[in-house]
Amino acid sequence: MKKRFLTLIPATMLTAGLLLSGACASVIASDDSGGLATLRGASVSAAEKTVTGDGLKKALETPPVDRNFTDQPPLVSHAVDEYPVTRAFNKCLDCHSRENAKKEKATTVSNTHFEAADGKVLKNVSARRYFCVQCHIPQVDAKPLVENTFQQAE
Amino acid sequence: MNPVPPAKFSASDRPVRPHRKRKTKLLSVSALLFFVCGILFAAVFNVAMHWSNTEEFCLNCHEMKDNLYREYQSTVHYTNRSGVRAVCGDCHVPKEFLPKMFRKMQAAGEVWHSLMGTISTPEKFAERRPMLAQREWQRMKANDSKACRNCHDAQSFDLSRQGYRSVQQHQEGLIGKGQTCIDCHKGIAHQLPNIAQGINESDPQGISLDIFKPAIQEKPAENAKE
Repeated sequence: MKKRFLTLIPATMLTAGLLLSGACASVIASDDSGGLATLRGASVSAAEKTVTGDGLKKALETPPVDRNFTDQPPLVSHAVDEYPVTRAFNKCLDCHSRENAKKEKATTVSNTHFEAADGKVLKNVSARRYFCVQCHIPQVDAKPLVENTFQQAE
Repeated sequence: MNPVPPAKFSASDRPVRPHRKRKTKLLSVSALLFFVCGILFAAVFNVAMHWSNTEEFCLNCHEMKDNLYREYQSTVHYTNRSGVRAVCGDCHVPKEFLPKMFRKMQAAGEVWHSLMGTISTPEKFAERRPMLAQREWQRMKANDSKACRNCHDAQSFDLSRQGYRSVQQHQEGLIGKGQTCIDCHKGIAHQLPNIAQGINESDPQGISLDIFKPAIQEKPAENAKE
């Protein structure tokens, strides 16, 4: 009798263990995230609610859109996909440089762009202003992603 | 001495005839052989010409595959919405027979340079790119951008569907003043070499703007009016 009882101990422990782990698993599974959580504890399933964007927009080949605030870099009124700005060549300056702008009826590069970091005025566009699309982006018909109440200063 | 030869020819056994028969047979067989060989040669030649114009052939050497092919892959001549492509040979090998043969023979030099490893690394290639690019521009300029016009026919331009800048440039330069495609459209399928835009004065090396963007030459008649 005693011997049979002893053999029952590991069996019950095993069943208990199995039940416990099963219960744990079901608790985690009810979270619907497979037991995963972000570092800050937010549910990872939130990612599924991400709103998809509108896809690629074409540049508006219209007269330049007004600036939203003073000193905003003016927008580019054409597509720039095929215009390389590399170490070897800057396609933008092909039309917008001081020499070519008048002939090509393009906007001239601003005078501020000829200033080097030390304030010295250079003969041509300063290297720190060389990569045009860092600030000037093609204008597109895009609505603000979040509501904002920004007002330009008068 | 004289009466002997006529007697020989009038003989009834006619010793010359079988020899002549054999000769005509030999002639016809060799003519047939020549003909068949000719056809075979033409076929093989044609296949070889065609094969050596494929992209696959060009990418056989790693100089093309590692340097030029990669740059070309991001351009509109490689990928676009309709999937029509211009492969290496479409732009760099003339379609007409004689110019094609001439170019193919010139290309033998390129085999030599491939063996020598003249542009075997990106650095070596970058060093020679200005020279190589200019050579290709000259070639295109010399034949009035024939390779471009094989597909892009100015006669078929629908100017109303082009951007306003394109319309202006095409009407003024290409149609009006006889400029050619390559005068403006450089670096459209490959990256450009260093162009001397005068940005960095400490690096004056680079192709001058006169070569890169040749000024439109005014027509003499218009000059006379002014």
